Amino acid sequence: MAVTSPGIAGAHQYLDAQVRWRTIEIVFWLATLLPFVVTPDYLVLASQIAVTALFALSLDLILGYAGIVSLGHAAFFGFGAYTAGLISKWGWGEPLTGLVISGFAAGLLGYLMSFIISRFRHLALIMITLGFGLLLLEAANSASGLTGGADGLQGVKMWPLLGMFKFDLYGRTAYWYALIVLFLLFLVSRRLINSPFGLSLRGIRENAVRMRAIGAESRSHIRKIYTISAIIAGVAGAILTQTTETVSLGVLDFQRSADILVILILGGAGRLYGGLIGAIIYMIARDWFSGVNPQYWYFPIGVLLIGVVLFLPNGVLGGLAQIVNSERGQRWAGWLTSPLPWRSRP
Amino acid sequence: MITSVFGVLFDGFAYGMLLFLLSVGLSVTLGMMNFVNLAHCTFGMIGGYVTVTLMNSWGWPFLATLPVAFIVTALISVVFERTMFRHLYRASDLDQCLLTIGLVFVSVATAAWVYGTIQQPVQLPPYLRGSLQVAGLTLGIYRIFLIVFALVVTGLLVAALEFTRFGAQVRAAVDNQRMARGLGINVDGAFAITFALGSGLAGLGGALAIDIVGLDPSFALAFLVYVLIVVAVGGLGSIGGTFAAAMLLGISDMAGKYYFPAIGSFLIYLVMISLLMWRPAGIFGRRT
Repeated sequence: MAVTSPGIAGAHQYLDAQVRWRTIEIVFWLATLLPFVVTPDYLVLASQIAVTALFALSLDLILGYAGIVSLGHAAFFGFGAYTAGLISKWGWGEPLTGLVISGFAAGLLGYLMSFIISRFRHLALIMITLGFGLLLLEAANSASGLTGGADGLQGVKMWPLLGMFKFDLYGRTAYWYALIVLFLLFLVSRRLINSPFGLSLRGIRENAVRMRAIGAESRSHIRKIYTISAIIAGVAGAILTQTTETVSLGVLDFQRSADILVILILGGAGRLYGGLIGAIIYMIARDWFSGVNPQYWYFPIGVLLIGVVLFLPNGVLGGLAQIVNSERGQRWAGWLTSPLPWRSRP
Repeated sequence: MITSVFGVLFDGFAYGMLLFLLSVGLSVTLGMMNFVNLAHCTFGMIGGYVTVTLMNSWGWPFLATLPVAFIVTALISVVFERTMFRHLYRASDLDQCLLTIGLVFVSVATAAWVYGTIQQPVQLPPYLRGSLQVAGLTLGIYRIFLIVFALVVTGLLVAALEFTRFGAQVRAAVDNQRMARGLGINVDGAFAITFALGSGLAGLGGALAIDIVGLDPSFALAFLVYVLIVVAVGGLGSIGGTFAAAMLLGISDMAGKYYFPAIGSFLIYLVMISLLMWRPAGIFGRRT
């Protein structure tokens, strides 16, 4: 079977080019190490940014690539967070296994949900995800014997990471931990998106009916990516629990689902770095304004959302890409975004 | 036991009426333009604040503020529709959601800034306070007023949609927008007017809701979920469906909170998800 149609060869070439690393990506990941040197007082914030970025990445997989709008993604984040908290409360404070179990638990929930999710689109889908998120929030609130209810889960104690690194007050271990997990799961997502599977997801996003007509299994694809996204969201929640050693109902809040949507859209959905950039901008801005009444904090966020929808439909990264892809942009910054000569896979 | 059942039914019915007023406009505009307007409850909040301002700062009587709440909200909504929303009728669900939720955030912050985050007090006139004893039941006068008022509005609405030329145009546009355009109906114009009327009704609902659920800046977000449930369960563009769904939600919410206080709000969401899974287009919805 040496004969491949030109269409398939073209697709493989495209994927090959996508898989290669670019200078700007390497610069970006090196820059994530800067907080250790430049702003060592802000490592706690940095670790929260990494958690948020991971959560945004999980939403990007379903929203940006498969086109599944979710107003209740905090359900998986919160489920992972509570699982991690409960494991530790019940006497097993080892972070890495806790992380794996939490991710697995959230993934299981996502897998069950995916059977419902893959059947609906449009308003019904938005309402079901929203209702499911609120359902889980109410359930956690009612089951106060298990979750601590509105008081939050007490008694979470984490053992040192790998038996050596204690989670300190300055967030040094926390940031290392969150950053490494973020980077590893980013690599997985990057590989996933630049695979034939990732391409068919984009096909489903653009036209689900046509994808089915050309023989692509859209529902099982949606189930897969939804489960993967739930795992990543659960891991993000678990890191938050493990690094802060508390869980509150806020992890399941509608506000959190809405925030993460804002973050992703702000950065640019459908671009792997969108959620990461969005998380950095949003969290730093919120830290600056943290003294202000949270009700006022809504104002700039709302203006930002309206502005992004009306004037910057592809987010900050989309706007930047437009500049770089222009003729002048190519001359000045083209080297940053062109694929590096070496290949990352055989 | 029986009296408590009737008491809960009555309260739930009144609450359902409120939900109906708040959500009927969204149902019709969603059915017409497929525009997901999450900012609908913002208009309800505006109506509430208009009433509060007129009563507390200018000393207007409660009943006189209601038409003003309706008109002011309708006018403000038309400004939003003409300047922002109409650019997004062909955009994706997601863009519509984001723009309107952005608007909700801005309105919540603005309300918090102007009025503070406290609950707004409202002093009802004496003839709307107190309660009546009917056959062993204690019925709040304000709730009776609310039910009668909402039923009259519903009657007017149904009559306007069924028996006027404008109503026929709106129904045609809800059924099949492209066909209606093809027949020469000015769908954009009809939509702008419907949008204003629907938002005005939400404003009215917001004003009437103050005494039952209170009014603070989180109103626009807190009621959004209820309104969306009513619209999604009732089916887009269906007044009867919206009415049935509002009653169902109002009564089951009251009953849930009264009889199962621990899992009351849990039940609502469970009912909604099951209904939507059974009929994704809503109980009375025709389109999927």
